[in-house]
Amino acid sequence: MAPPHQQSQRSASPSQPSGKSEVTDLKSQLRQLAGSRAPGADDAKRDLFKKVISNMTIGIDVSALFGEMVMCSATSDIVLKKMCYLYVGNYAKVNPDLALLTINFLQRDCKDEDPMIRGLALRSLCSLRVANLVEYLVGPLGSGLKDYNSYVRTVAVIGVLKLYHISASTCIDADFPATLKHLFLNDPDTQVVTNCLSALQEIWTLESTTSEEAARERETLLSKPVVYYLLNRQVVFQQIVSYTLIFDELNLGVGNAVWHNIKEFNEWAQCLVLELVTKYIPSDNSEIFDIMNLLEDRLQHANGAVVLATTKIFLHLTLSMADVHQQVYERIKAPLLTQVSSGSPEQSYAILSHLHLLVLRAPYIFASDYKHFYCQYNEPSYVKKLKLEMLTAVANESNTYEIVTELCEYAANVDIPIARESIRAVGKIALQQYDVNAIVDRLLQFLEMEKDYVTSETLVLVKDLLRKYPQWSQDCIAVVGNISSKNVHEPKAKAALIWMLGEYSQDMQDAPYVLESLIENWDEEHSAEVRLHLLTAVMKCFFKRPPETQKALGAALAAGIADFHQDVHDRALFYYRLLKCKVSVAESVVNPPKQAVSVFADTQSNEIKDRIFDEFNTLSVVYQKPSYMFTDKEHRGTFEFSDELGNLSISAEPGDAVVPAQIVEANDKDLLLSTEEKDEGREPGINGSAYSAPSYDGSSAPSATSQPLADLSFLSSSTPGQAPSSSLAIDDLFGLDFSVGTAATPSPPSLNLNPKAALDPSTFQQKWRQLPISISEEYSISAQGVALLTSPQTLLRHMQSHSIHCIASGGQSPNLKFFFFAQKAEEASSYLVECIINTSSAKSQVKIKADDQSSSQAFSTVFLSALSKFGLP
Amino acid sequence: MISQFFVLSQRGDNIVFRDYRGEVQKGSAETFFRKVKFWKEHSEDEEGDAPPVFNVDGVNYFHVKVAGLHFVATTRLNVSPSLVLQLLQRIARLIKDYLGVLNEDSFRKNFVLVYELLDEVIDFGYVQTTSTEVLKSYVFNEPIAVDTAQIPALGPASIFMQGNKRMPATAITKSVLANEPGGRKREEIFVDVIEKISVTFNSSGLILTSEIDGTIQMKSYLTGNPEIRVALNEDLGIGASDYRGSGAVILDDCNFHESVHLDSFDVDRTLSLVPPDGEFPVMNYRMTQQFKPPFRINALIEEAGPLKAEVTIKVRADFNSSINANTVLIQMPLPTYTARVNFELEPGAVGNTTDFKEANKRLEWGLKKIVGGSEHTLRAKLTFAQELHGNIMKEAGPLSMTFTIPMYNASRLQVKYLQIAKKSKADNPYRWVRYVTQANSYVARL
Repeated sequence: MAPPHQQSQRSASPSQPSGKSEVTDLKSQLRQLAGSRAPGADDAKRDLFKKVISNMTIGIDVSALFGEMVMCSATSDIVLKKMCYLYVGNYAKVNPDLALLTINFLQRDCKDEDPMIRGLALRSLCSLRVANLVEYLVGPLGSGLKDYNSYVRTVAVIGVLKLYHISASTCIDADFPATLKHLFLNDPDTQVVTNCLSALQEIWTLESTTSEEAARERETLLSKPVVYYLLNRQVVFQQIVSYTLIFDELNLGVGNAVWHNIKEFNEWAQCLVLELVTKYIPSDNSEIFDIMNLLEDRLQHANGAVVLATTKIFLHLTLSMADVHQQVYERIKAPLLTQVSSGSPEQSYAILSHLHLLVLRAPYIFASDYKHFYCQYNEPSYVKKLKLEMLTAVANESNTYEIVTELCEYAANVDIPIARESIRAVGKIALQQYDVNAIVDRLLQFLEMEKDYVTSETLVLVKDLLRKYPQWSQDCIAVVGNISSKNVHEPKAKAALIWMLGEYSQDMQDAPYVLESLIENWDEEHSAEVRLHLLTAVMKCFFKRPPETQKALGAALAAGIADFHQDVHDRALFYYRLLKCKVSVAESVVNPPKQAVSVFADTQSNEIKDRIFDEFNTLSVVYQKPSYMFTDKEHRGTFEFSDELGNLSISAEPGDAVVPAQIVEANDKDLLLSTEEKDEGREPGINGSAYSAPSYDGSSAPSATSQPLADLSFLSSSTPGQAPSSSLAIDDLFGLDFSVGTAATPSPPSLNLNPKAALDPSTFQQKWRQLPISISEEYSISAQGVALLTSPQTLLRHMQSHSIHCIASGGQSPNLKFFFFAQKAEEASSYLVECIINTSSAKSQVKIKADDQSSSQAFSTVFLSALSKFGLP
Repeated sequence: MISQFFVLSQRGDNIVFRDYRGEVQKGSAETFFRKVKFWKEHSEDEEGDAPPVFNVDGVNYFHVKVAGLHFVATTRLNVSPSLVLQLLQRIARLIKDYLGVLNEDSFRKNFVLVYELLDEVIDFGYVQTTSTEVLKSYVFNEPIAVDTAQIPALGPASIFMQGNKRMPATAITKSVLANEPGGRKREEIFVDVIEKISVTFNSSGLILTSEIDGTIQMKSYLTGNPEIRVALNEDLGIGASDYRGSGAVILDDCNFHESVHLDSFDVDRTLSLVPPDGEFPVMNYRMTQQFKPPFRINALIEEAGPLKAEVTIKVRADFNSSINANTVLIQMPLPTYTARVNFELEPGAVGNTTDFKEANKRLEWGLKKIVGGSEHTLRAKLTFAQELHGNIMKEAGPLSMTFTIPMYNASRLQVKYLQIAKKSKADNPYRWVRYVTQANSYVARL
């Protein structure tokens, strides 16, 4: 009888047992050996254990052997012990009852005289991941943290973190975080310190959502004494002593405290420390230079991760100093290029992704190093593709000729995907406006190569070029006209060719006839995109050369209207009706005079690019997406904490020239996501300058101000003046209590709001971050309200009439997001509201924060009554 | 911070699998393998290999391929890709240090030892140490040696295994835990200067681009961790501004292993270090200064009638006749319509192989050995199945060449001396300083 899970194993190697019968077999063999003290028994056990582990590895469930394995574990043979620990760690979670059996021997081993055994046992004990066994962990962990042996302590520190993940309350109740903090600041062993840092970051970040104290503790990790403690600056030692220490322990122990030098940490720990330093905000420029000088030699490290982490610090520290920032680019160039060429292709890929990000921000930096990005024939395609992107990005007046020449070599390459990419790269460079003249010639030469894929790619490019540079039409049309549409198969290319036939039908002699033959084969054309283009092209052609095209147009419209594809059908019908209405009207709709496209829509907004830059040295750079686009919310926090702190102050510096402020259109779909980040304390970094809110008033945001949120276009500036008088009247209608003087004892439902309330954006943001959520509720909105929400302004005006002002809004249907604020009429006590409205479910989620917590319920009532009236007459 | 680490064979079997945090589902190895294997079909753009990092359903997969095995890490967090990829590479090297040889067979035989290592290298997803040295005290399994005779070449240093009688072939495939028969360790240290050169020649034989990527690699089997001093060319310049007179070697940039002290590097170009156990790069460097390429290539393709063409390839070895290049292979893509190729070697040519790879229309010319100063020519007559349009030059090429030249380095960077601070006079450790140059991308365009 074949065991059911046997099939799931693709191919267990013949030496490995597979299946249930083997497991039973192993079971009986283990039983026999369990009590044996005979000489050679350990060797036999080793072999058996190996078989068990081997089965476990390939995915066979050997949990049935749990009892036997535990029985055999009474041994002094450390190799056996380790295998047993591995086994137990793997299966304890699914066998919580049996796991209890192991507690005994693990606890005993935690007291072994050999520190190695103590460490191993403690690690295994903490890896059981069984919630009801946590009580057994506290004791051994406590003594492990105090062990004289550093190995045991390193294990114990991570053990605390494991315990926290099994049972946070047990961990907190035992006051382990405080113990870790103490070790973090006093332990002479760098690995203990490193693990403490990892564990504390994780624990405090998770705790900070509920505990103010943890949030404060988390902040202290970024304090000057801690950062300097890790970096060990002898030079400024004196300053630190006089500095008001947040960590009192450091203060007390400063005489004999161990100070670490970053170089004492191993390379992985260095990365961790450097990541922490990224978030630290130096108080002045001289401190910035101190840190940079100290870390300068990290750029020569052989480990690319250390180099990138250092690069990140350098770039972020100098954001506010334009000239130094430039020097940083110059400084990091050579080490990063060395990393590209000295590592494995995988490592090159990671580094090149970062170079690509940098080059988009500062194209000139690699302008003279373009040859480094020439592809080598034996590189994996993922590296080649990145290099092509680099070449496109570094192209400028001085190097375009060489780069395009090189790219043309690749276009003839046997590696077809890369050949295609190369042609696209040539096109992109052409669209960047350098030396278009020569490039157009090259592109046209591609068409003469008569390779299908080359022709296809080139046609698409020529189309885009013509949209930007109509002046080239004569040259291009002459060549394109020679291409037989029969040789073009790819939909994109075909669509491009058809577009040109339509657009330039007056210059292409046989355009009507080519279109006609294409229309004859309508049914064989599988791509709807091509059919759509065909309809439009034949229309355009008709306006220019009516007699020749009339027949084809009729055929096309007939075929289009009969088309099964909805869009094609609709377009054909639309054209038909337009023509029926009036030909001149149809022409003005279908073929109006065009302006050359000056800039093609960028696929990524600057906001996103800035966000990615903030997340330098993370996956965001490789994926070219900010982390919120690919990471679940609960996994975002740990590493990203309190980024906003650092970024706020950075962007608060004036002259932030590298990051041009940008106003993003109100409907930018990323807005919802970007604002969503604001709602919790542990969101990933949001660079002030990267922050965007919609600007409804259309005025451009002040870009040169030193406000952290300079690029937000806020409504508040326009609110106070507009509505107050009417809103007063409406408030009256609600019968709210206007009597001043009762504020001392606020009776819940009566609350007066200041109709002229004003709050500046940065204060709002700060308050939003500091205040806890007082009320969080969900409400329904009337259908009429939802209908009105096609334009957010309606809601804004409505709320404003209730003295509740909008400070920022965004999102895209169905999810709209608003931030409101209001102030008490008699004092400067504010209420902040986040309101997410889902128009499809007609529900709204409201989160309220208040300076005066006691009145938040009253405010909530006011807010909701206002909201519920939205849309009602 | 990573969640899981696993190693998959070429067929996708788990060889080792370690779940550190239990945050990623168990089937991740299968998800990963399917994604990588079918990458081409999955992506719309028919791109080639799966990139080293990708995301499936919120799980980030990192992988490096070493010795035909996939080393994979997963995580849900937005971590540093560079760190994880470097870590995977390091784990591979670490395992090689312990097993002596890295391949599927040695892995399968020693997987318990590998688990021991993995337990200490990463705890709950956090890297603890990757030092071969430190880990020695935590490893209790003894490596089971595999037959090293048929091991395919792995890593740059493996080239020394062939054709160099002066050193024991087993040395490089020896585990750091291994002892010589008789219980005594053999005291020896290997310093290898490995240079990979990239050169592109244009159609008229001029150099378009050239670069050397070099590594000084060390593998120490010395007991007692003595300090070592390595002296390089005294006039070695670093960076374009560091001009040290004509004829001096100028590196664009370099970086160093963390054990290296550079206290006197600026003065006399010596590195001092206490080498940790195992193999590691002491220094990586990069040079774009002009150098003499070891080979000159001339390639020509001419039409010889409506369905015929002739290819002529000439290779000249521009180095000293006491030096030989090994395992030379020249490849050239031919026009798509090529149906048949007749090769014509020089009279008296030995150790030459010629082949026409029908599937990808490629000409291959292999030479076992090229002696310095010699010149070799290959003529190939092509027959086409269909008449050619357009320019035949655009249909063929470029020509690429791979080779290995032991005891030759293109950059002229040298290890002038290697000093070991000895504790006892009795032992004089073996010191091997070796040079090798390999082609990275050696291309001639038509």
